[in-house]
Amino acid sequence: MPPAFPTARAVRPLPSRLSRPLSALLVGLCLSVAAPFAFADDLPDAQRMLRQGQFPQALEKVDSYLSSKPKDAQGRFLRGVILTEMGRSADAIATFTRLTEDYPELPEPYNNLAVLYAQQKQYDKARTALEMAIRTHPSYAVAHENLGDIYAKLASQAYDKALQIDSSNTTAQSKLSLIRELISTSGKPGVKPTATARPAAEPVRVAATDTTTRTAPPAPVAPLPAPAPAKPAVIEKPAVKAPEKTVEKAAESRPATPARSDANTAENDINRALQGWAAAWARKDVKAYLGYYASDFQTPNGVSRKEWEAERAQRIDKPGKLQVSVEDVRVTLNGDKATVRFRQFYRSASLKSSAMKTVVLVRSGAKWLIQQERIG
Amino acid sequence: MRQILLALALIGAGALSLLPVAQAATPSSASDAGPEAQLTRILADIEANRLDDAAKKTDALLSQYPNFRLAHLIKGDLLLARSKPIQTFGAASNAPKDRLDDLRDEAIVRLKAYRDKPQTRYVPRYLLQMQADQKFAIVVDTAKSRLYLYQNDIANGGRPRFVADYYITHGKLGTEKTREGDKKTPIGVYHVTSSLPAQRIGDLYGIGAYPLDYPNEWDRRQGRSGHGIWLHGTPSNTYSRPPKASDGCVVLTNADLTALSKNLQIGLTPVIISNSIEWLSLDDWQAERTALTRAIEEWRTDWESRDINRYLSHYSKRFQAGSQSLEQFAQQKRQVNAGKEWIKVRLLNPSIFRNPGKEEFVVVTFDQDYRSNNLSNEMRKRQYWIREDGAWKIIYEGSA
Repeated sequence: MPPAFPTARAVRPLPSRLSRPLSALLVGLCLSVAAPFAFADDLPDAQRMLRQGQFPQALEKVDSYLSSKPKDAQGRFLRGVILTEMGRSADAIATFTRLTEDYPELPEPYNNLAVLYAQQKQYDKARTALEMAIRTHPSYAVAHENLGDIYAKLASQAYDKALQIDSSNTTAQSKLSLIRELISTSGKPGVKPTATARPAAEPVRVAATDTTTRTAPPAPVAPLPAPAPAKPAVIEKPAVKAPEKTVEKAAESRPATPARSDANTAENDINRALQGWAAAWARKDVKAYLGYYASDFQTPNGVSRKEWEAERAQRIDKPGKLQVSVEDVRVTLNGDKATVRFRQFYRSASLKSSAMKTVVLVRSGAKWLIQQERIG
Repeated sequence: MRQILLALALIGAGALSLLPVAQAATPSSASDAGPEAQLTRILADIEANRLDDAAKKTDALLSQYPNFRLAHLIKGDLLLARSKPIQTFGAASNAPKDRLDDLRDEAIVRLKAYRDKPQTRYVPRYLLQMQADQKFAIVVDTAKSRLYLYQNDIANGGRPRFVADYYITHGKLGTEKTREGDKKTPIGVYHVTSSLPAQRIGDLYGIGAYPLDYPNEWDRRQGRSGHGIWLHGTPSNTYSRPPKASDGCVVLTNADLTALSKNLQIGLTPVIISNSIEWLSLDDWQAERTALTRAIEEWRTDWESRDINRYLSHYSKRFQAGSQSLEQFAQQKRQVNAGKEWIKVRLLNPSIFRNPGKEEFVVVTFDQDYRSNNLSNEMRKRQYWIREDGAWKIIYEGSA
């Protein structure tokens, strides 16, 4: 299929029911228009719409993208996420299942399949899917977390049978973390993350970094009795993780950038800053937390610094335990500026999330301060 | 993960430390039917921290026994231990304590039974002599929650030979039944009296039931009441019941009852229920059997001798047969004896079973072929012999 739109932007303001006929109409016209731009824009647009909760529009966008690149892993994955958000579980399961068949080396589709199966209380299937995810990526933290929840669920079912009780209503419905973005793509052609095609305004990590850091052969599963290395910034972790989760995170989270000594020092400082930031957040030390942001920090939606600070303080200082941890940190250093991508685990009394985050840090004397922060 | 190890090891250690010294030697060759062998291997895996192996074996166990609650509990622990450390055996947060205790008790008795398989050099004291046509005898150890099946090894002089043992459930409130509804299991020598097929009983009794002759002559003499003590199966919603859960019956799993039932002879198979089996070495067993056989033989020859005092010397001061006291019995015997010119008594097909427990007596049953100058008869007779003044005396006799 040829690309559907000259640019995604041109269509967006139109009511969604118009866009499909229009797209059909446009197909003939835009054959000669630079196709890569169309691809490049559809996917980030769909992602943005997904974040904004505009699911039907996001789906339309991603479908249009896939109509020209039906094999594309990123697009298909995103489609699965959107379908999941829309509650179209059967379609989402079908989408992720086919992805696992075509790209068995990707852990994310397995993880999300598990989330969907768990929603349907098919815990054995969820367990199998997560174990597949971990087989391909032994250090895949989200899958481990989710698997822990699944084990607890299965245990609860076994206990119910053992003790003739029904705890389906009494046990807390822990929600598994859905992965929203495919990041562990292998270096295969066509599977390359299209994140590289982001608008130039956004500081973008070089695709090569992405793939090289993630395509290291899966570390062998650590032997069972190995003690779990303490996760750096995990505050008040209630219990020591079971040994199965003992995986060589430390090794994997080391940035794969060139081994220049000054870069290494800077990276260490940046890492330390991030861990300090997460720790301050987790212990609800608002003052220390805000201290990690540069004075010229770009507040979301351009609100005033004061307003933003007040909002952050209010959000952070809610009752209940907080856990924030930072993993898989990857630093792209550019002089006194660094773009850092990492996985942020967040768990509060009401919410549990695992998301990729990108921050831009600037050097300020001996410290690194956050200038930009966004999900994704 | 160490914690689950500890919690479960408690069971293993408990089972080890309670091994009877006399039996700590070579196990006899018995089949490993039932889940005990698998449970033991699962526990060994857990002790060695081979949790994946333990989980696989538990799944295999469950595919064989889908309603085995104890295995579900272990499965739960093995799964939960993957997500957080667990401190106890049966770490379900919302577990009712009584049910958890029941499963723990079942685990302990099953594991112990597996370690304490009967030894070939020892036999239950109660099985002194099976009659020739009794192919098997059952001995129950309620403390161990175990039923032992012994074969009458005719080729070896009727020595009891261990065949199999099974997990059982007994009375909620224990043993030594004395009255109706006391939820206790009687202790004594009983026999299987009939067979009730599943269609005639409720699901509670599983695939079948074999009523016993409680109360027997001795129980009635002691004024014990109640009825309907059965060997029976297990309801369909579970593989097994806790060690102490019945209203007095002896309960087996349906699979075990099916296996056992092939060896039951209605009206014939003895079922001896004990608190805790007393084991005798083969030498001691032989000596006890010889002493009893000799006492019975003396009674027989003294009867034939028509010396009424020698004959009556075998009866206990507390003898009672129905409403007849020793004195009335003696008087009647003297009268009858006066008319005798000769007496011939043959005892055939005898059985001698010692009663378990505090009351020291044996139950002797035989076919009596009595001939005399003025009367002959054949009957199946049962006698209860007690120890009195250092000798075996008859305290009850009647037709069996």
